[in-house]
Amino acid sequence: MKVLMFGWEFPPHILGGLGTASYGLTKGMAEQGDLELTFVMPKPSGDEDQSFLKILGANHIPVVWKENSREHVEYRLGNFMHPDEYFWLRNGIKYDFTRIYTNDLGCIDFSGRYPDNLMEEISNYEAAASVLAHQQAFDIIHSHDWLTYPAGIFAKQISGKPLVIHVHATDFDRSRGKVNPTVYSIEKRGMDASDHIITVSNLTRNTVIEKYHQDPSKVTTVHNAVEPLADADSYTKSERKDKIVTFLGRITMQKGPEYFVEAAHRVLQKTDSVRFVMAGSGDMMNDMIHLAAERGIADRFHFPGFLKGRKVYEMLAESDVYIMPSVSEPFGISPLEAMQVGTPTIISKQSGCAEILTHTIKTDYWDIDAMANAIYGIVKYPAMYKSLREEGIYEVNNIKWYDAGLKVRAIYNHLLGWH
Amino acid sequence: MKNICFYFQIHQPIRLKKYGFFEIGQDHYYYDDYHTEEQTRILSEQSYLPTNKVIADMIRSSNGKFKCAFSISGVALEQLELYAPEVIDSFRELAQTGSVEFIAETYAHSLSSVYDADEFELQMKIHADKIESLFGKRPSVFRNAELIYSDEIGEKILDAGFKTVLIEEAKHVMGWKSPNYIYTHAYRNRLKLLVRNSKLSEDIFLRFSNPSCEHYPLTAEKFIGWIAAAPEEERVFNIWMGYEAFGYLHRPESGIYDFLKAIPYHAMEQQIGFVLPSELGKQKEVAGGLTALYPTSWWGHEKDLAPWTGNDLQHEALSKLYEVGMRVRLSKDRPLLHDWLLLQTNDYFRYMSHKEAYGSNYESPYEAFVNYMNILADFLDRVKAQYPTSIGDEELNALLQTITQQDKEIAAREQELNKLKNKLDKISGK
Repeated sequence: MKVLMFGWEFPPHILGGLGTASYGLTKGMAEQGDLELTFVMPKPSGDEDQSFLKILGANHIPVVWKENSREHVEYRLGNFMHPDEYFWLRNGIKYDFTRIYTNDLGCIDFSGRYPDNLMEEISNYEAAASVLAHQQAFDIIHSHDWLTYPAGIFAKQISGKPLVIHVHATDFDRSRGKVNPTVYSIEKRGMDASDHIITVSNLTRNTVIEKYHQDPSKVTTVHNAVEPLADADSYTKSERKDKIVTFLGRITMQKGPEYFVEAAHRVLQKTDSVRFVMAGSGDMMNDMIHLAAERGIADRFHFPGFLKGRKVYEMLAESDVYIMPSVSEPFGISPLEAMQVGTPTIISKQSGCAEILTHTIKTDYWDIDAMANAIYGIVKYPAMYKSLREEGIYEVNNIKWYDAGLKVRAIYNHLLGWH
Repeated sequence: MKNICFYFQIHQPIRLKKYGFFEIGQDHYYYDDYHTEEQTRILSEQSYLPTNKVIADMIRSSNGKFKCAFSISGVALEQLELYAPEVIDSFRELAQTGSVEFIAETYAHSLSSVYDADEFELQMKIHADKIESLFGKRPSVFRNAELIYSDEIGEKILDAGFKTVLIEEAKHVMGWKSPNYIYTHAYRNRLKLLVRNSKLSEDIFLRFSNPSCEHYPLTAEKFIGWIAAAPEEERVFNIWMGYEAFGYLHRPESGIYDFLKAIPYHAMEQQIGFVLPSELGKQKEVAGGLTALYPTSWWGHEKDLAPWTGNDLQHEALSKLYEVGMRVRLSKDRPLLHDWLLLQTNDYFRYMSHKEAYGSNYESPYEAFVNYMNILADFLDRVKAQYPTSIGDEELNALLQTITQQDKEIAAREQELNKLKNKLDKISGK
């Protein structure tokens, strides 16, 4: 089966959870052995792992016919693709995209990030998708998140192949209900045009059904999984006098950082052998620094800033508790990562991952008393820490992308009538 | 002649209230009275009262031939006395028929038999006292909470004066042996063991109203037919279960009462009688001793202690609790002693199980653990306030011994004094 996937990010250079999930899912699906995956993204950097799928940069797909010598193409794109592929793709140009600014190769220079002219980038991505859809052979189209829905729709219109859209988040999650109408319309159009919708949790599934008015029979939940952490044992927890409770993520409204500060305040009223860490950055960071000071706990509340790569796991492993009080979290991979290094977790019931995790403490995001009580329990009662740690590692190691991939495959088979 | 021994258990834990860490040291009341009352009322109205009525009818219409035994934990008795005293009255009436027997257990439905021998002895005694004061007769038969039994526990039960004990049909104890005989303790054969027939018991308790069950619908005729069809040498059929099976687990509309009422008729038709545990205990004919090296229980597939002691959470809670047993028993502080009993209720530990938390009012074992530990932290502080931990257990033990010895000595001296006085009186009288 040949799958044409549209994504936005792919490791190692990622900005959010979308890239991680795209990687995990495609890798898990590749284990099935009979899938041929082409993953299109706006701007690959060339160092992606292509051992199990083919990465195609939209910025290497010509959308405007320009004459170029083979040598020039080789010189320009040699690191990414064979010149023949460029010329072959060029034959797929059926529409006039000269209104779009293109480079010497007739390709669009995507930023591959989330720039201010995101809407323009999304529609340019659509143009690149059309060329591909005319030229490439595939059985099914799979679009990851709203940025790629228009590309998916266009590819479907051209090829007549079924479109699966994968909802990693909706604008309702990102905006606490104050949706951006443009984003909403793109999301809604994608869902309406799709043949099937995959959501990362039942929470998101409900949003899709209720807020985007989709037929429930068309929406299936496939929970995310987590890549095994090969060097999990290399992260250690050092002996220290104080216990550490960590929040890690974007410090924005969606993540509920203020509830963490309030819970910390409660805990510190009863005990002083605990320190709180809010790692990450975001538009609410300064507010949180103020709030911590106002509550008089600034001496016990720390802001180490944005952490990346190995540093993330190091911070998690050093912590006694990882907390994610998200107001709305479609899935939320980070508690699973904390569990991989053996750190007990507290998560909000409004997080999609709460649907599949047992060995974690679940509280409502606004219930700071319950949150404080859970923190207190883990730092004060050793059996609580031990049990969450050991059972948590075991649990998370059994959540596999391969299984998620099988569920996606079943959806493909169903749409194609293959059994 | 074959006999059926019916025995029903009543126990419900007192609900603990939501107790955050902020309350530690501030609030010494741990119970959720509202939900405890609600739960007691529901069970009383839906199960205990109507079923007692059915049983009374059955006794009357069979001229006292139908018999059954009950055990009601001390914790449950307290709830009934407070919230549903009419249930106690109804049991008193049953007691007066002479066809009903009340069995002793641990007062707090506790794991003291495993964790604290002195506490176990004490709880056997205070429960028997309570039963005697309520129903007029001191029990001679003992059933441990959850039918927990081992050779070691058996010895303690015999030493406490009970001659008969009820145990579970656990594979690792019974092997190929049938539960339908009377057995004895492995090496102290004065203690008789009655073994639950778990298949027949669970056909009613677990499966009665389950339509996907092989024998659904279960009728009294079918049920008695199985007993009648058993080999002639098998004389005793111990059908034991939680009393809430009637009317609560299996609703009246499931036909459970019709089933129950039809039992005596079909039994008599097949020449099968009914017998009380204490009557079985008096029978001379026994099939031999049973060895139970490790404690068994009537829960789960393994029939062991795993539902209460299987994970780290449970270990910590239990060890922290029983660590202070000796200190608490020294105290004369009545509220403290009462809390000590209630906090031993074994359901609280089962709610911390990842697999067996049936009936839990918590969302997860972790929540159950944290709530219990917060309460326990407050309780332990109260114990500490009376008996500082700076005094070691050994030192305390020595002190305790001196005190009890002193009492004994004083008593002995007094006796001597009285004797002498009497002598003196006699001499001077002469």
